[in-house]
Amino acid sequence: MSPAVEIKTLQIDGKDVGARADQTILEVARENGIDIPTLCHLDGLGDVGACRLCLVEVKGSNKLLPACVTRVQEGMEVTAHSPRLESLRKIIVEMLFSERNHVCSVCVSNGHCELQALAASLGITHVRVPYLNPKLQVDATNRRFVIDHNRCVLCSRCVRVCDEIEGAHTWDHFGRGIDCRVITDLNQPWGNSDSCTGCGKCVHVCPTGALVEKGRAAGEMRKRQQFLPYLTLMREGRQ
Amino acid sequence: MSKIRIATVWMDGCSGCHMSFLDMDERLLELAEHIDLVYSPLVDLKDFPQEVDVTLIEGALSSEEDMEKLHKIRKHSKLLVSLGDCAVTANVPGMRNSFPVDSVLKRGYLENATLNQQIPLQVIPKLLPRALPLHEAVKVDLFIPGCPPHRDAIHYALSELIAGRVPDLSTHSHFGA
Amino acid sequence: MTLDELREIARIEREKQQEVPRKIHVCMAAACLSQHSDKVKAGLEAQIKEKGLEHSCKVKGVGCMGLCAAGPLVSVEPEGKLYQGVRPPEEGSDVADIVGSVDGKPANKLELDPGLPFFKEQVKVVLENSGKIDPERIEDYIAADGYEALLTALTSMTPLEIIEQVTKSGLRGRGGAGYPTGLKWSTVAKARSQNNTKFVICNADEGDPGAFMDRSVLESDPQRVLEGMAIAAYAVGASQGYIYVRAEYPLAIKRLKTAIKQAENLGLLGNNICETRFSFRIDIRLGAGAFVCGEETALINSVEGKRGTPRPRPPYPAQEGLWGAPTLINNVETYANIAPIVRKGGAWFAGIGTEKSKGTKVFALAGRVQNTGLIEVPMGIKLRDIIFRLGGGIPDGRKFKAAQTGGPSGGCVPEQYLDMPVDYESLAKVGSIMGSGGLIVMDDSSCMPDVAKYFMDFCRTESCGKCAPCRVGTTHMYNLLERITSGAAAEKELSLLEELCSVVSQTSLCGLGQSAPNPVVTTLRYFRDEYLAHIGEKHCPAGVCKTKPLSRTTEVGK
Repeated sequence: MSPAVEIKTLQIDGKDVGARADQTILEVARENGIDIPTLCHLDGLGDVGACRLCLVEVKGSNKLLPACVTRVQEGMEVTAHSPRLESLRKIIVEMLFSERNHVCSVCVSNGHCELQALAASLGITHVRVPYLNPKLQVDATNRRFVIDHNRCVLCSRCVRVCDEIEGAHTWDHFGRGIDCRVITDLNQPWGNSDSCTGCGKCVHVCPTGALVEKGRAAGEMRKRQQFLPYLTLMREGRQ
Repeated sequence: MSKIRIATVWMDGCSGCHMSFLDMDERLLELAEHIDLVYSPLVDLKDFPQEVDVTLIEGALSSEEDMEKLHKIRKHSKLLVSLGDCAVTANVPGMRNSFPVDSVLKRGYLENATLNQQIPLQVIPKLLPRALPLHEAVKVDLFIPGCPPHRDAIHYALSELIAGRVPDLSTHSHFGA
Repeated sequence: MTLDELREIARIEREKQQEVPRKIHVCMAAACLSQHSDKVKAGLEAQIKEKGLEHSCKVKGVGCMGLCAAGPLVSVEPEGKLYQGVRPPEEGSDVADIVGSVDGKPANKLELDPGLPFFKEQVKVVLENSGKIDPERIEDYIAADGYEALLTALTSMTPLEIIEQVTKSGLRGRGGAGYPTGLKWSTVAKARSQNNTKFVICNADEGDPGAFMDRSVLESDPQRVLEGMAIAAYAVGASQGYIYVRAEYPLAIKRLKTAIKQAENLGLLGNNICETRFSFRIDIRLGAGAFVCGEETALINSVEGKRGTPRPRPPYPAQEGLWGAPTLINNVETYANIAPIVRKGGAWFAGIGTEKSKGTKVFALAGRVQNTGLIEVPMGIKLRDIIFRLGGGIPDGRKFKAAQTGGPSGGCVPEQYLDMPVDYESLAKVGSIMGSGGLIVMDDSSCMPDVAKYFMDFCRTESCGKCAPCRVGTTHMYNLLERITSGAAAEKELSLLEELCSVVSQTSLCGLGQSAPNPVVTTLRYFRDEYLAHIGEKHCPAGVCKTKPLSRTTEVGK
């Protein structure tokens, strides 16, 4: 016998919605056609609440809460869009642009990049914080793929897909604060990695041009992320 | 009604934004009825004129000469527009920013040169430590991102300005192409 | 170990102590040890032996006596005579002089007046044994009523009754945020978990610059923290505890290890404590020095062996903490308050302090103040009294400018609030926080934008890098402060700085980022003219910053 499903009712942007008790605000919002911008979230991966773009206002809470990890509660009144939230989301994306060297025009992911699309959908026409222009490496030692740290936004999707789905845990974080970056194995060149299976999942979940296939010219790298929910669904079904 | 005095300026860029401007084709003729192009790489004039209503600048701020020009332009322009990604983000010219100027010059004029290897000290203006978006140096009133911005975005911006409205570029243009 | 057996140990120990009428206490905590108090102790012992005073006078290594700046400190009991700056025998005759005075000779120049406000105006609960007992002997702690509370609780109180007393005491978390301790305990006690597994964690990852309250408690009276944790574990239903202490505190770690072993040997930790069904073990986990690991969810990740980065809350550790089990996590000082509360009752504790902030608070008094060191004062004491009475005022005839409470997460409190009572609410009202107890006093030789830059540099390098606003925002804020203090900034950069402060505090994942802008916000609020002087006149009023005239190549935003 399956356990009884508990249903909660709540409001998102004034709209009455129903949800299972174990759902997050983000899931329920998207089911009901309310779009909340995200970057680190990806259907099929565990959530970390790191990019802070899905922050929403919840009545009665003085703090903004990340929709991707906040579970629904009965009678919750959620505001997913407000001038305050829009302006915060804008400057967070602007900060991401300023952090590394995102040169859209010559990027292999130009036109197929989630960061670029976020900027467009949030109506960002320029970045108000100064560019940091860090000097970063490009690791092209892998036979088929390249990691370009200039384009990385540290969403950690590659780390999670490699750990949770592929089970290899080749990717991880290294360094603190602004010096944080993703690494393969114990900070070895990707091409020398013993744990990497070469499956390429990290490349396809990467929202930007940080993880790409070799041999792509500007604008040619299209990611295929659809595999992920199917893969997790099938695994759950098999268990 | 008097015509709007417009200037276009080419700084550190590839002139692609000006090409996109010219791509407005026959719509240029309609625009010409409302605007006076008082200064431009397309117009043979040495000095930036005194009173300009709208100045569109293509390219990043890369040299000391650019900086001088930009301050002068700002002083004489009512409205300053960053046209294209180089002006808005420093874009490709900004890709040198992770390296010191010395090594950039060495790479360009010595290591990669086949003839006459020397770093020019005269005629060519001195590079700034970093190529900057215009708004990191002066107040910019309007941003038209894009590499290049689509001719429709430029046309929309100019039409709105002619009509006396402030254009909202947020849905008309974005970084990259 | 039963309560009667415990009291027998206490009785024997007290008797043994009374055999020798006079005792010389030598501080063996880190600050005095660094001034060679161990050699002072050895010298005193040799001197006493030489004079044949072994039967009337005994030397004892004790914990912190508070006035760390004047160390090594030595006190002679029961007279309570206190000596400062006692040099080891090879450097002078101090040791001989002290032993001489014990023998009836006149006191010497090193003697401190115990009637000084620094000593007299303290109220000691957490530090009641500090400087009195030997931190490496559990018998000494037991003789000072140690473990009386735990065994009483186990034998005659229900977990609910303990939580009631803690709630009644009004104790609030001493780690910084001031969350009501009783409420936290009852949440964990009510939380249900698989196999009934729950954990108790002691947060000893003290990382604020200038703060050393936790270290001092652990070095001076480690058993008190163990007892507090054991009572907490009994109250919430946990059987395993962890002390997360930073590896930079080797002496604290050593004494904790000794303390745990001694408590285990006496059956005060381990299986079926006091012949009840309650079992409790404590293990030590060492932090590798990341400031963010003082944040409870990052700390839990670190204990689990993962990268020390925070998790979003909710779920709170009380619901889903260590390995997903309900976890009670409190600070060292919070646990150190528990035994006296259980022993003397919540009402006694609630009688100290103010309406909303009960009890005492330990502060590490540092910076431009005469008496730097460790103090314990009742909540609600005026900041002015802390700095000018206990602290002895500002040295070198300089003028007070501001006090930073709460470390890099706190704010600067300016002169006009000196008469404000020190409690959670009042400090929050002026933009600062109680924090864990760091109190840095600044005089007019400090440049406030430079101070803000110092703390922002700290936050920037301690940011874990997980969330974008903290990772990038603190870097930008630091860069802007660097430009301001170097005289390169334009006025519009000040508004960008203010916007970033607001964004980072609203959107960061954990407390580190959310509070990182506080030093900037408060210095901007109270010392805005100093920022404007750096920007407009390219001049540092305090003469600290090297401002240089604007060069055109760095000119931004005219």
